[in-house]
Amino acid sequence: MRAAAALVALILIAFPACGLSAQVVDRSKPPQLPPPPALKLPAVQTTVLPNGLTLAVVEMHKVPVVDVQLLIDAGAARDPSVAPGLATFTATMLQQGAGARSALDVADEAAFLGAQLGTAAGFDGASASIHVPKRRLEAALDLLADVVLRPAFADSEIARQRELRAAQLVQQRDEPVSVANIAFPAIVYGREHPYGHPLNGTDSATARLARESVAEFYRTYYRPNGARILVVGDVTLAEARRLIAARFGGWERGDVPAFPSPAIAPPGAARTVYLIDKPGAAQSVVRIGHLGPVRTTPDWFALEVLNTILGGAFTSRLNQNLRETRGYTYGAFSQFVPRRLSGAFVALASVVTAKTDSSLIEFLKELRRIRDDPVAPAELAKAKAYLTLGLPGDFETTGGAAARFRELLSFGLPLDYYDRYLDRITAVTAADVQRVARQYIDPDRFDILVVGDKTQIESGIKALNEGPIVYRDVWGQEIR
Amino acid sequence: MTRIATATAVLLGLWSACPPVRLSAQSLRVPYQTFTLPNGLQVIVHEDHSVPVVAVNTWYHVGSSDEKPGRTGFAHLFEHIMFMGSQHVPTGEFDRLLEAAGGDNNGSTTEDRTNYYEDGPANALPLMLYLDADRMGFLLPEMTVEKVDLQRGVVQNERRQSYENRPYGLAEENILQRLYPANHPYHWPVIGSMADLQAATLEDVRQFFRTYYTPNNATLAIAGDITAQDARQLVQRYFGDIPRGPAMTRTPPPPVPVAGVVRAVLEDRVQLPRVYDAWHTVKAFSPDDATLDVLANVLAGGRSSRLYRRLVYELQIATDVVAFQDGSRIDGKFEVYATARPGHDLGELQRVIDEELGKLADQGPTPREVERAQNTVEAQFLSRMERVGGFGGKADQLNYYNYFVGTPDYFQKDLERYRRVTPAAVQRAVRAYLSPPHRVVLSVVPQGKPELAVKEGATP
Repeated sequence: MRAAAALVALILIAFPACGLSAQVVDRSKPPQLPPPPALKLPAVQTTVLPNGLTLAVVEMHKVPVVDVQLLIDAGAARDPSVAPGLATFTATMLQQGAGARSALDVADEAAFLGAQLGTAAGFDGASASIHVPKRRLEAALDLLADVVLRPAFADSEIARQRELRAAQLVQQRDEPVSVANIAFPAIVYGREHPYGHPLNGTDSATARLARESVAEFYRTYYRPNGARILVVGDVTLAEARRLIAARFGGWERGDVPAFPSPAIAPPGAARTVYLIDKPGAAQSVVRIGHLGPVRTTPDWFALEVLNTILGGAFTSRLNQNLRETRGYTYGAFSQFVPRRLSGAFVALASVVTAKTDSSLIEFLKELRRIRDDPVAPAELAKAKAYLTLGLPGDFETTGGAAARFRELLSFGLPLDYYDRYLDRITAVTAADVQRVARQYIDPDRFDILVVGDKTQIESGIKALNEGPIVYRDVWGQEIR
Repeated sequence: MTRIATATAVLLGLWSACPPVRLSAQSLRVPYQTFTLPNGLQVIVHEDHSVPVVAVNTWYHVGSSDEKPGRTGFAHLFEHIMFMGSQHVPTGEFDRLLEAAGGDNNGSTTEDRTNYYEDGPANALPLMLYLDADRMGFLLPEMTVEKVDLQRGVVQNERRQSYENRPYGLAEENILQRLYPANHPYHWPVIGSMADLQAATLEDVRQFFRTYYTPNNATLAIAGDITAQDARQLVQRYFGDIPRGPAMTRTPPPPVPVAGVVRAVLEDRVQLPRVYDAWHTVKAFSPDDATLDVLANVLAGGRSSRLYRRLVYELQIATDVVAFQDGSRIDGKFEVYATARPGHDLGELQRVIDEELGKLADQGPTPREVERAQNTVEAQFLSRMERVGGFGGKADQLNYYNYFVGTPDYFQKDLERYRRVTPAAVQRAVRAYLSPPHRVVLSVVPQGKPELAVKEGATP
């Protein structure tokens, strides 16, 4: 308060006379906050082109940039069993020459436009996206249309990318986190499940990649019916419709086969510890989990609250325990992986080698406690506030808003999903959290994966007596 | 400049601050107001009412370059300790209170500065300032050995996770050791060494706090759906009575000698060897800094760049190649690295890198290559205008420009640096800075295979 008078003179750029009231600082408790701002999210508008392509537009005019995401039903769940990695390879090949452009031309044009061009595939779908300043949008869409509709798949480029991928697979095996990310789904889903193979394939499947299989995969799955294009940014619906129809209106429909349904029942074995040896590793990479629900389950809201309490935020139980109380790790988290078919539940961390067994004890303690005891009111309230009050920030940028709406389009969720989001999250009770914890987290069926230095961690893990230890290779497969 | 005229129109549209500010047309601007409290805390306020969020971003002008011998990594360890509670905010409450208000936070440390942010709904601004003020003014009364020990363990795990257990993760500290002399403040990495982290004491924490964590060594940027006068009142309320600290003096860094070619070999748990070339260059915002950024883009920015095309696409002897100018506050370096494919050795890669550098030195880049890099940079500038918070959001950028060039709204001037770069300037920069006889050449090779390092004869 004594500073108030002196303050005015020190202001470098004068403020208008907005008033300055001196107040006593009470630091004994945090300030009472005014009510949060009303939730007002950007609206999504949709239209369907005659060829079945759904167009969704979100107008955001703050900065003259546009984010375009074309979602195609061509994900790795559709990989033939003899060709794991075909979907991601096909997505990569889209950029290796298209229309009149060579592979280098595609890259050169994207950079020249200041456009971030991406083509990729996950298990549930493929995508081609471009993020570009508004004034380059038309040229960027020309490029995107070439890449998606007119890929060349030249033999020479197939061979080039095949060799590059073979080398990248070697590199991938040096990275313990990559090893865990490939091995864990292989263990949880089993190798016959559409989600059980490595996204980027294997050495032998890579060696077999050829033009015919890529072209056939493309012909079958890259079709406008079942595809959606999301345009977010400094455009109007009418403008977007005109620009998209001119480039994608002639894209031919096709008979896209139904999304695979898991004919093979995934393994439901009793709790097992899988160990992948990484001699000399400074940390052990830990993954604990099992199959999870589909993204469209009505329980998803309760699961979001549950996961926020357990391992979705900094103050979540796993991180508070393993990092902030014990210092075993730089961060411990959990996630319900959203999928069209069965998803997965996974708890994860990289922990210091010497505390691998102690970390597993704490993980299992927290994963059992969330089922056994109801969550406290304050903890529940904090998680619900974090999810609902933090929502507007996710829609601040074109890329952020695109990610949120993309999730709705990918899983066939209603486009007014976020209008009801606040109410649905707010309605979740402590009993709901405990119910979904018991239903969707089952410690008796956990697959526990540890990628670490076997000689240092094996005896400690054995002594835990939390299940048999099984050794696996870097692909998560049985060692023969 | 006409190229970003659209940006101006849009940005003007959302500027509705308390005092109307007249902006010159045709420019990329982030209007702000600034004032300084009597205790020396400088405050920068930017109104953006497009989304009901607010970002609070604090820069303390201290980084790893201020560390004492035997205490490398301390500035970053201290950043972690700043979250461990203060006199009125018990341990853990900083994060809990923010999350319960829908907010997020983080901090980061570089050679030059330490920054902290809180992002969240606009109504949470008083809480954010209350929390930040408490740790600026009242950290030490509740500081204990246990808190230091706990975050020491977390940071040591951060070092394990991000450096030791990551392939090639220890390359950078090996380069710095050789590029800068032992008495230069950029000689060691921000993360520090395990031994020095282990040696840090509670008394170090007290000393460091009193020296560097003072209002007169900090700037506070607030951006978002708030009014400048509300922000000013709240800042005054929570920070006004924090006492000024001692004035800061820094000794100028020692010169970096030109040392010829320095070769080093690092054995790592990798299958594919990688070669790093590192040159001493210039600090951020030096006349040649933007030119070197453009040069890095010409060399390895994307799949149409020169080195990617030769090494990965045509010859197929590398899996990847990266180049960057790293201009920091008191000095800078330029790096190129590439990873060999199975069956190829680092000598092959190094020869091609040197060939391409030679071509650029002889002929310079094409006008299109320079324009391509400029367009990429311009697009990045635009996208950075989308967000008020987080690392690299508008609040963080206002603090960055304020500390590095003394003008918070330097966005347009910064972009103009890149627009002014010419092919001839890039050619001069290659000749002036990327001379093959003056660099650090680090080979990272599989354990037990030092013979895979770049050989003496492979480089001029």
